[in-house]
Amino acid sequence: MANFMTFFGGFKLTLQHLSRPTVTTSYPQHKRAKQPRQHGRHVLSRYEDGMEKCIGCELCAGACPVDCIYVRGLDNPPDHPVSPGERYGYIYEINYLRCIHCDLCVEACPTQAITESKMFEFSFTNRADAIYTKKELLVDDQGIPQRLPWEDWREGEAAMTGGWMRATSPNGEAAYEGVVQWTGDLGFGVRAAEAGQSANRDDATTGSKQLRNVFPRHLLPEDVPLDQRGVQGMINQAKAKMPRRHRKDSN
Amino acid sequence: MSFFLGSVDPLLKGGVGWVILVIVLVKVLVGFGALMGAVTLMIWFERKAISDMQSRIGPQRWGPFGILQTMADGLKLILKEDLVPEKADRVVFKLAPYLVVVPALITFSIVPVGGTLHIAGHTVMLQIANPPMGILLMLAMSGISVYGVMLAGWSSGSKYPLLSSVRASAQMISYEAALGMTIVTIVLATGSLSTHNIVDAQSGGIWHWNLIRLGVVPFVIFVIAITAELNRPPFDVVEGESELVGGFHTEYSSIRFGLFYLAEFMNTITMSAIIVTLFLGGPAGWVPNVAHLRWVFPIVWFLAKTVTFAFCYVWFRAALPRFRYDQLMDMGWKQLIPLSLGWVLIVAGFIVRPAWGFLMIAIVLLAWIVLTRAFALGYSRERGDDAILRTVGRRPLPGSVLRASTDEES
Repeated sequence: MANFMTFFGGFKLTLQHLSRPTVTTSYPQHKRAKQPRQHGRHVLSRYEDGMEKCIGCELCAGACPVDCIYVRGLDNPPDHPVSPGERYGYIYEINYLRCIHCDLCVEACPTQAITESKMFEFSFTNRADAIYTKKELLVDDQGIPQRLPWEDWREGEAAMTGGWMRATSPNGEAAYEGVVQWTGDLGFGVRAAEAGQSANRDDATTGSKQLRNVFPRHLLPEDVPLDQRGVQGMINQAKAKMPRRHRKDSN
Repeated sequence: MSFFLGSVDPLLKGGVGWVILVIVLVKVLVGFGALMGAVTLMIWFERKAISDMQSRIGPQRWGPFGILQTMADGLKLILKEDLVPEKADRVVFKLAPYLVVVPALITFSIVPVGGTLHIAGHTVMLQIANPPMGILLMLAMSGISVYGVMLAGWSSGSKYPLLSSVRASAQMISYEAALGMTIVTIVLATGSLSTHNIVDAQSGGIWHWNLIRLGVVPFVIFVIAITAELNRPPFDVVEGESELVGGFHTEYSSIRFGLFYLAEFMNTITMSAIIVTLFLGGPAGWVPNVAHLRWVFPIVWFLAKTVTFAFCYVWFRAALPRFRYDQLMDMGWKQLIPLSLGWVLIVAGFIVRPAWGFLMIAIVLLAWIVLTRAFALGYSRERGDDAILRTVGRRPLPGSVLRASTDEES
């Protein structure tokens, strides 16, 4: 008999879902917040003194699984060097018709020259536009990524490049989590560490959100975090929705 | 002639004048328009309700809450290129969609939407037609629409549509038997085939509805059988995307595909209306004593009941996984047909005399025991211990077999 009643479980579940909030959003009108490590269009960054970070080593091109990067290095001119090293990348092209945004180039880069921004909403009408050259990829003199006419940048995104590098320790060692191991960027200085799993994470500044906090009503009962269960949980959720200035325990 | 027509519809009793012609024309046009409007709303409703059940948003672009989405889809389909495959039988290929749509339209004409009206001294029934064969028309039309599906698949000149049409014909024919049997119980209880009389016999309170008067069993059988007849989930093996691409309409494009789509949803509405007519008293319900507006309430009752069933179909689709083809056939032949046959016997017995009814119950129980034993025997001979043909390819193979076939002789 119990087996027979489970037949109606599907009916109950679908009815319950009628009253639950939707998971999807009405996309072009309402855009969901991006995750801090979102992979988007690449950016070539510069040091705080304006020097380019790229040294033309072609490791990114070697790491690229779809061969979308083309780099050629050249010796720095002695009187006005472009990068602090011996060489600099004088040709740097990424073909976005091939790029799969896997970020292997970012991991391969020894100088953190190539990073990914979070901007992914860009489309082009011809092949030439799809191949980004160094002119388009390099940040401008304020350290802000260049905005091309067909790109849809959102508020504050320009300051969020290099998420992967600042997420945990780049070499993967837990002891280095949250420890700054990266160089400064033009216009921004040394950026803050993003959320890892350690105690000193700062979700508020870096914009990290855990999925179980974003969709608590879609979890199974046993998966709901302890601080969001019952009456106390409802109070906590209401507190979290309050604007920051009304909150007493603002961290 | 006028006597014959008068027995059909009191409107036509005194000969056919131009006033009556106009009334009939208006009835037909309003019925057609309302059904078409209902279909567009039904498609929108289904997509919206099912997306709510899946925590999605669903159509939202055209009109408030995306209510004009169906219009946009229809327009798109009309403007698309109309392709006929090279290997298709061109005449049958083009005929098939109409064989599905026209029966779907005609079936609705026998549904009583409301009570009767008095216009200019004439009595007007709020149903497009009340033929004496009544509910048989519905069976006939659903039989013809099988041809539409079957011919569509066959004439496409493609293998998946062909498989789908074979499935469709087998499925629809086997469920039509159970469907017919449950209708027989209703006709036995009513004593008339006419839908108007069937509804009349159920007026006078919820206890007179066939749902309760005949026991709930015929209702359950009817809903299951009609869902299979409609090829709707969970019985949509005909259109199983994972197995048959799009089923019988794989090769159809443009407005011909649109017609299949239209017919499918039109049938959903019509069959909801038929269920309401046969089991839930049609327009029967509480009518408050409001002057000049008493005729509105039966229509509202009818619409409310029909929408409830339309929602149930959407709910089935969201909640139930698709049946396997052999499960479908087992359910049709081994369970629904014997059950509906037995119930016809019991109902017939009770109509004659309670004693006969109890005798029939005893006979049906006996038959049930025999049948269960027969099925068990059949299963045992087919797949069980005394199988005549041993099952081939059972996985995982028993260890002894595996060793014998792989190990070297030692």
